[in-house]
Amino acid sequence: MVDNNKESTSTVRVKSMIEKNRQKQSFRSIGEKAVPNLLLGIAMISILTTIGIVFVLISETFEFFNRVSIVEFFTGTVLRPLSQDPKFGILPLINGTIISSVIAMVVAGPIGMMTAIYLSEYASDKARRVLKPVLELLAGIPTIVYGFFAFTFVTPFLRQFIPEMSATNILAPGLVMGVMIIPMIASLSEDAMNSVPNAMREGALALGSTKLEVTFKVIIPAAFSGIVAAFVLGISRAVGETMIVAIASGSSKNFTFDITQSMQTMTAYVVEVAGGDASRGSTIYYSLYAVAMTLFVFTLLMNILARYIARRFREEY
Amino acid sequence: MKFVTDIKNTRQEEKKQPTKVYDTKDLNLWYGNTHALKNVNFPIYEKEVTAIIGPSGCGKSTFLKTLNRMVELVPSVHTSGTIEYRGENILDPNFMVEDLRTKVGMVFQKPNPFPKSIYDNIAYGPRIHGIKDRKILDDIVESSLRGAAIWNEVKDRLKENAYGMSGGQQQRLCIARALAIEPDVILMDEPTSALDPKSTLKVEELIQELKKDFSIVIVTHNMQQAARISDRTAFMLNGELIEYDYTDDIFQHPKDERTEDYITGRFG
Repeated sequence: MVDNNKESTSTVRVKSMIEKNRQKQSFRSIGEKAVPNLLLGIAMISILTTIGIVFVLISETFEFFNRVSIVEFFTGTVLRPLSQDPKFGILPLINGTIISSVIAMVVAGPIGMMTAIYLSEYASDKARRVLKPVLELLAGIPTIVYGFFAFTFVTPFLRQFIPEMSATNILAPGLVMGVMIIPMIASLSEDAMNSVPNAMREGALALGSTKLEVTFKVIIPAAFSGIVAAFVLGISRAVGETMIVAIASGSSKNFTFDITQSMQTMTAYVVEVAGGDASRGSTIYYSLYAVAMTLFVFTLLMNILARYIARRFREEY
Repeated sequence: MKFVTDIKNTRQEEKKQPTKVYDTKDLNLWYGNTHALKNVNFPIYEKEVTAIIGPSGCGKSTFLKTLNRMVELVPSVHTSGTIEYRGENILDPNFMVEDLRTKVGMVFQKPNPFPKSIYDNIAYGPRIHGIKDRKILDDIVESSLRGAAIWNEVKDRLKENAYGMSGGQQQRLCIARALAIEPDVILMDEPTSALDPKSTLKVEELIQELKKDFSIVIVTHNMQQAARISDRTAFMLNGELIEYDYTDDIFQHPKDERTEDYITGRFG
């Protein structure tokens, strides 16, 4: 009896409190309507910035092509922007970018992948809990440190074996870039493989597969789209990497395939010219934008390609 | 695939005790400090359906997974005693577990096809065991899917992803996948618990068909299912094998009081 009374009074109190609060409803609904707009506005900041950058890139690139023919730019193998008779062929830069990225991926791809396989399929929980954070720590080292390391350690080391190698060359920064990218590829591929349900592993093991067969024939195919994404991010990172190549590969604008020689990448060219005395309005100033635009289109195409590959070979579960 | 149809197991012949596929002696199993199986002695006979029933946590799935050593995927498992499969102790650390699992197939509680095409799901097993010839693989795929009574439903979409199928079809695909390497024994861990009644019926009919060629051990929560499809039934409780006999005897004249309580629905 007493309990019942208690209950009913408390119900009345709660009811009246809710009733009172509901009168503030109008205030609440204003908030409900305003917040999405506020959030949209904030989200627009990065979108508008991107649009702005692309717009500036395009308009300044147009100005550059008024002065230098587009055919010369994309087919020229000679780049000498500061000479009396300047030439603006971008091929040496594209060549340098591709070669350094390929060297980096030759290092980072297999090592990153094998690390991911170990972490996801073989390492004990305990080992994984220690190794993964350490690996991710490696990704936090500033690139200038890697660049310095390539220039003062890796190149002298390599010159013991390849004496004709020049003091600035594309091989050392390429290798070091690869080391820099390993954690990214390993960590993202491991995430993709780890998220494949355990039921798949059990199903494959129950058919008499060895662990290696489970990994290569079931887990990696199932995680393929995630692994492709990891590789593409790795390549994008290599293509966009600046400090390491700027320091360790010098600024020779050679068009060569000899990896023991100095080459310049697109990013390193931008650093060199922007840091030099390119006066505003000069042809060399506009060339910065043309190179940056090329770099942008480069990474964009790669991302599109990666999306296509990931969708094409996707194994959905 | 060989389909032996001339052996008709009449009740009389069964009484003569057919060959043992498995003979489990004094099996104990611990998960860490938890004693999950206690002195289990459990023979399993050829070309019969053996059902294991019991309440949740009684050790029936653990026992099933010990038969193909899948239980070892759980860290900190250790065992004592022996399980002889065709005369060899499979708990011997030198025993090749891949060989065992090639001969002893398994169907899981939830259908777990690989995220590949229907064809590649079936061909996976033969491929890892070295069969590469396209024509032979085609034959295996067809006969396995026919064996699992699903060929007519999927023959026109063998290249499609297995995840486009219904749950019941996926489970029969998993059975077909197990059949593709022509196992000796098929272990089934509550194969119908995730299925609707219609799919369940199909899988049960299939099990009846499969027992002509394979020895089947099935763990089930569903006592009616055990009564419908099995030749022998084992009742487990708290890690112990309480009673094991012909299914009819277990359900009609249980010898142990606890078995009677369980099958009459007094607990569990």
